Amino acid sequence: MKAFFIFIRKEFYHIFRDSRSLLILLGMPIVLVLLFGFAITNEIKEAKIAVVDDTRNKVSREMAQRLDASNYFEVVVYPENQSVMDEAFRQNQIKMAVIFRNDLSPAHDSQIHLIADASDPNTANTLINYATIIIRTFEQEHPAQAKPARIQTEVRMLYNPRLEGVYMFVPGVMTIILMLVSAMMTSIAITREKELGTMEVLLVSPIRPFGIILGKVIPYIVIALANTAVILLLGTLVFQMPVRGSLALLLGACGLFVITSLALGLLISTRTNSQQVAMLISLMALMLPTILLSGFIFPIESMPLLLQWISNIIPAKWFIIIVKNIMLKGTGLEAIWKESLILVGMTLFLFLASIRSFKIRLA
Amino acid sequence: MMIEVITSEKLSKHFGNFKAVDQITFSVNKGEIFGFLGANGAGKTTAMRMLTGLSKPTSGMAKVAGYDVYRNPEDIKRHIGYMSQKFSLYEDLSVLENIRFFGGIYGLPRKVWKAKSEALIERLGMAEMAHALVRSIPLGWKQKLSFSIAILHDPAIVFLDEPTGGVDPVTRRQFWEMIYQVAHEGMTVFVTTHYMDEAEYCHRISIMVDGRIAALGSPDALKRQFGTQSMDEVFLRLARPGSSGVGGVATNI
Amino acid sequence: MNADKAIQIRAIHKTYGPVKALENITFDVAPGELFGLIGPDGAGKTSLIRILASLLLADEGEAAIYEWDIVRDYRQIRKHIGYMPGRFSLYQDLSVEENLHFFATLFGTSIEENYDLVKDIYRQLEPFKSRRAGKLSGGMKQKLALCCALIHRPRVLLLDEPTTGVDPVSRKEFWEMLNQIRREGISILVSTPYMDEASLCDRIALIQKGKILGIDTPNGLTSRYERPLWAVRASDTYRLIGDLRTFSNTHTAYPFGDSVHLGLKEATDQAVLYQYLLEKGHESVQIEAIRPDVEDCFMEWMGG
Repeated sequence: MKAFFIFIRKEFYHIFRDSRSLLILLGMPIVLVLLFGFAITNEIKEAKIAVVDDTRNKVSREMAQRLDASNYFEVVVYPENQSVMDEAFRQNQIKMAVIFRNDLSPAHDSQIHLIADASDPNTANTLINYATIIIRTFEQEHPAQAKPARIQTEVRMLYNPRLEGVYMFVPGVMTIILMLVSAMMTSIAITREKELGTMEVLLVSPIRPFGIILGKVIPYIVIALANTAVILLLGTLVFQMPVRGSLALLLGACGLFVITSLALGLLISTRTNSQQVAMLISLMALMLPTILLSGFIFPIESMPLLLQWISNIIPAKWFIIIVKNIMLKGTGLEAIWKESLILVGMTLFLFLASIRSFKIRLA
Repeated sequence: MMIEVITSEKLSKHFGNFKAVDQITFSVNKGEIFGFLGANGAGKTTAMRMLTGLSKPTSGMAKVAGYDVYRNPEDIKRHIGYMSQKFSLYEDLSVLENIRFFGGIYGLPRKVWKAKSEALIERLGMAEMAHALVRSIPLGWKQKLSFSIAILHDPAIVFLDEPTGGVDPVTRRQFWEMIYQVAHEGMTVFVTTHYMDEAEYCHRISIMVDGRIAALGSPDALKRQFGTQSMDEVFLRLARPGSSGVGGVATNI
Repeated sequence: MNADKAIQIRAIHKTYGPVKALENITFDVAPGELFGLIGPDGAGKTSLIRILASLLLADEGEAAIYEWDIVRDYRQIRKHIGYMPGRFSLYQDLSVEENLHFFATLFGTSIEENYDLVKDIYRQLEPFKSRRAGKLSGGMKQKLALCCALIHRPRVLLLDEPTTGVDPVSRKEFWEMLNQIRREGISILVSTPYMDEASLCDRIALIQKGKILGIDTPNGLTSRYERPLWAVRASDTYRLIGDLRTFSNTHTAYPFGDSVHLGLKEATDQAVLYQYLLEKGHESVQIEAIRPDVEDCFMEWMGG
């Protein structure tokens, strides 16, 4: 037991004495959260739009003002006609246009047209959504005046009525950080011992392979959980992200995902002999799918069927579902037990696979 | 007539307060095999870096192959060959590809390196392995190949940094015979080694202790000077004064 | 197997693909013996030591350390051996003291418990005890590694090329330490590529390309060299080698420091050679009959 504790202590020495890695380990979560929160957010602020007003009545004017007054839009031009508007689109002056039509013929259900620059489909989508909500709200406030304006689509933004990006990226960043710290750092830490030749000396000692693994892994569990706390604090304090469900359940889920990632890291380290390879595999085979296929950035529903299938074996996908459920919907275990069970299953499989391939000898 | 190809006068290199190389003065003649000895950390590597134009001296003067170490380090690099035990060949290139690559680095025209590489492979008896990856050939061959490549561009001086570690005694001797041969043909050989018996192959040797040259001369002269049977004992006397076991402080004759 | 022997090796074979790393290796090491495994890189030294350390499995044959079979009882083996791999294998970012403390605790002991065993070595390291291991000189690193391999008072010490790349002074000190350790009753198997270290061992095995060329005490081994051996000197060693090779009675001619060792096909008068060299134009020719050393033996036997 004493041998085991000194092993963990030694591991912490390694971490704390490598100041650059330490800075990355502890600083990266903060930097990432702030970056996503303030800079790379897909939230819209002051998007430039055009208003083509054929009706020139009070309602259309007020509605345009309402759009302009919101934080999301800024009306920069009032084109005479649609061809002028097209030109503005082409010149990249505007991202969206709102057209108030004077045409009262019954063929057209809606007299307000929203046209967005879909060369960036995500932004276009968001813009349309925002605009729709604003117009809808306006309608409800002025039922009499708004009569002519009717938008057919019934849109309700569930759980994230203000469509704040922070609700998406906090679970996403947390996933990436936990994956990075747990999987990549453990796989690097273990392959480093192989590379330095110290693994040889450890093997030729009474400590059991299981002890070696556990000793290497525990410090990173501690760091990963510390990172989780930092991200959650930043998310809730700086970005007002709610935690509607049980905090204990949320931490439990994070713990589970940390262990899944560790198991992945272990599997990588048992199959590779150099830090460089371990890092490349972690980045290419773990990080990229985690970022691209977990639903963090690109919605899984809009992926091709093949990628949707593949996304099922990405642990991050299930973790993000769990976290969103707990934090945003405030659901309890009854709503996430299926996803949790999938993660548990994956973890067991990975652990078995890595224990099977851990060698008690060199070759 | 003796032609000096390396001249060093009070050459020094300081790292902060630490004098890694402290005013070393010596010269090496054309066609000489010069052994550069010293314990780990005595300053050999630092001195060699300065002489090969890789590191700028703190003070002192040195000329290598006629070029000044301060002003013309690039010219020095073009006129010397260098081989170390740690890095000299690309393991994942074939024998021939290695020769061609290094030929290319030194700007040998295509015709020249083609002829040279054929002659070299012929001379080393490596025709069968010409297309084998260097990784797969025995260590002894690697060292011979590595040496041949280091002198491919006919440098005035070749620097060998512990060239013979780990090879069997016969291969080691074959290697030394190659060194004898190039020296015989007029090339200067500057070599560091940890094998004390190898020191005796050299025409002259210098032994560095704590950044200074503590002894300089032919192996015979040094043995006479320290009254010992072997270079090993000379070395021990210098590097561990008073405790060499053979007895007492060295007496000069 | 015989539990009275510190190490027993019986007909060990090991191949890596087409390469035969070890072929039919058999020998014993007695308790308290300092046994040298001498040969160049690629001779199979590391493979053999790793097999004994239970880190590699042999293809054929068996081996034991005292009563423990190296495959079946690998857990016991790992408790009772001290192993020092060829590369420096301590934690560079841990201090001297932390490394030693780590390895002591790992083996369920403490520095204090076995301090008397390592004190002579550790005393030399003590001035640097809070220095990071990565910042030590080559010789000091080896001493620290030896300390760490010894701290649990192993019964057998397996050292893989501990003196490679270390300067002659540190090498000499290292061997002095091995001598002291042996007096504590610890058996040592040490491999080295330096032939001149052979004379410091009780017994040696010469190994080349996976085969053992001979096992004996250093003196016993050199007395098996059968040819007449002369040391020849002349002013131009390079020409001398060439001319000696064309001498009709020459079996081998190898440079040895400032002389050339000449192994003869059959006994003859030195005057014949003297005359031959004078005719070739050599100056200051000296010839003397010498006793072969381990290196002469190695070269003689590695060919056949």
